[in-house]
Amino acid sequence: MKKVDVVKKILYANEKYAFENVLFFAEHKKLCLNMISSPGSGKTTILTRTIGDLKDRIKIGVIEGDIQTDIDAERISRTKAPVVQINTGGACHLSAAQVNAAIKKLPVKDLDLIVIENVGNLVCPSDFDLGENAKIVVLSVAEGDDKPIKYPAIFAKSKAMLINKIDLLEGGLVDFDIQRAKTDARRLNKDIEIFPVSARTGKGMNDWYAWLTESIKNVALLKTL
Amino acid sequence: MHETMVAQSLLATISEEAARHNAKPIAAKISCGGLSGVNDEILCFAFEAVAKDTPCEGMKLQIEHKPLRAKCRNCSRDFDVDLSMPKCSECNSENFELLADAPLLLEEIELQTD
Repeated sequence: MKKVDVVKKILYANEKYAFENVLFFAEHKKLCLNMISSPGSGKTTILTRTIGDLKDRIKIGVIEGDIQTDIDAERISRTKAPVVQINTGGACHLSAAQVNAAIKKLPVKDLDLIVIENVGNLVCPSDFDLGENAKIVVLSVAEGDDKPIKYPAIFAKSKAMLINKIDLLEGGLVDFDIQRAKTDARRLNKDIEIFPVSARTGKGMNDWYAWLTESIKNVALLKTL
Repeated sequence: MHETMVAQSLLATISEEAARHNAKPIAAKISCGGLSGVNDEILCFAFEAVAKDTPCEGMKLQIEHKPLRAKCRNCSRDFDVDLSMPKCSECNSENFELLADAPLLLEEIELQTD
């Protein structure tokens, strides 16, 4: 019997493309965010509102990941922002190779920010690096305040967390202890930025915009986030 | 995690190494980190399925789970984190930062030599 040391990353096929994407974004000095959440948390609504509110200041391009349909890409298109739809045909997360092909279809030179809207799934997308500068997790209040402790990986890996649909908290329509969600997320990730927002009413969105603006500036200056 | 994808990737790498040494692979050692979410039972089952009728059929997989590590900002010690009760194992402080998680690695292959 003979032992052979290999020491090779098992997901090397994905990592090779992720590294290419890292180099691509660094070379163009563009911020790329990988937005991850459960289905229906409001990722697309957050994006359409952000694109509309910031249209005179920040140019945003979007890569839309969905199992099927181009419903989300059409919603983004209505804002006039450039968008590339990826249909995974059943796969529950985007891969770095798919993003590598998609970024070549975006007018990256004219953009300040590229947002990858991952397939709605709080588990699998967190395992696959796409070469982004940062992951952003979205949690809507209707999902429950226990999600950070139940799905720790994505909350541990994200730079920022948007708590969406806070308009539902008014009038007590949903039982969601916002302090618990914040405390549990910070227990895993001391430096996570947390933005309670309602993409529907616009409440809280200005703090998120300020963070985006600052992050875009830092990437242009090649500072790490 | 995506055990089938991991199994296919493992099969490709092990087959390549085994062919290079012109020997039959009998076991492999894999390691992963605390956030990688690899389930041993599912990975072994997936590997058994993809390795059927290949030189890797019947191989044993040994999977080492490396604990997620953190650095305490109160006492500066490094410690293993239990994500269901995340606090410093020395001083109980909840003020810590997670260190880079161990990657999913194929570490070693055992080959038959006779």
